[in-house]
Amino acid sequence: MEKQSTNSAADASQGDSDPFQIGDHVFESRLILGTGKYSSFEVMQESLEASASQCVTVAVRRERLHDSSGRNILDFVDPSRFVLLPNTAGCYDASTAVRCARMGREILKGLENPGASWVKLEVLGDSRSLLPDPIELLKATETLVAEGFQVLCYSSDDPIIARRLKDAGATSVMPAGSPIGSGLGVINHNSLQIILDDLKRDDPDYPVIVDAGVGTASDVAIAMELGFDAILLNSAVAQAQDPIKMARAMDYGVRAGRLAFQSGRIPKSRFGSASSPEVGVISKKRPN
Amino acid sequence: MIKVQINGEEKEFESSMTISNLLLKLELVSPAVAVELNEEIQPRDTHDHVKIGDGDVLEIVSLVGGG
Repeated sequence: MEKQSTNSAADASQGDSDPFQIGDHVFESRLILGTGKYSSFEVMQESLEASASQCVTVAVRRERLHDSSGRNILDFVDPSRFVLLPNTAGCYDASTAVRCARMGREILKGLENPGASWVKLEVLGDSRSLLPDPIELLKATETLVAEGFQVLCYSSDDPIIARRLKDAGATSVMPAGSPIGSGLGVINHNSLQIILDDLKRDDPDYPVIVDAGVGTASDVAIAMELGFDAILLNSAVAQAQDPIKMARAMDYGVRAGRLAFQSGRIPKSRFGSASSPEVGVISKKRPN
Repeated sequence: MIKVQINGEEKEFESSMTISNLLLKLELVSPAVAVELNEEIQPRDTHDHVKIGDGDVLEIVSLVGGG
């Protein structure tokens, strides 16, 4: 019952097909979901289902040599439905991030998953802010692009580094709305707008994604209204009190923001503009 | 006797062995595992003939949830 209503609502709001291409991949959903920080694999699985997403990120970590639990995330993510996007989360320098990307590719090759061709490149500056180190990020991007990776760069909201990453061959630049897991949403609209204008000038199909910082569905809608192609988020769903419901909210937020962007919003005005006819009003006009 | 470091832990084995045999011994045989030897990724098709020796540093990794 629950599932049916999700599908019909999704169909109704979808209208014309509006596919999103990034690298080799084409998706109907513009929501990329992380798979970390869920209370259980079962909750994660249901949340992914509810989000309508077709692409999920995964991290690369050391195998436990002793007390392996036997439960693997891959048993809960259907590879026929989701493309896996391996990340380099937790790396603080270019060379470690490059090694991590190679490990992710090797695993996905072993699984024959189409995600073997790409990586979400994350090179952090410090563990408190979790903001990217732009210099190491650029270095790692250059190396991985030369090795044939499609590189999706988790970047800060600085327009100049965004341009440098695109010039270095990044498949997508993904500026943070705000720090990872902060829930602050999009805090620098102007910089993000400059990034969009700059990266999409003469190249309107170049994919630009907001990655990180989302707190709730309106944050997602705002980012999509600005003209971003997609949203990548994790904590806002995984740590919500009801992750499954929040996953649906994010789906609606992405769709609402995308439709609003495509519709062309009205200009903002300091004063009011009546919606009902001003002729034939029975009252006298009150002057300002 | 050889000493190697695997995922940050010191391990001792009686003799040198291939990566495939090491994975068997550690019960980590899986298509979802990648192996790095001395910071170089070791593609799956090399596991049957590349041997580990004294002083080698290995990383054996798999996928977990992440954002």
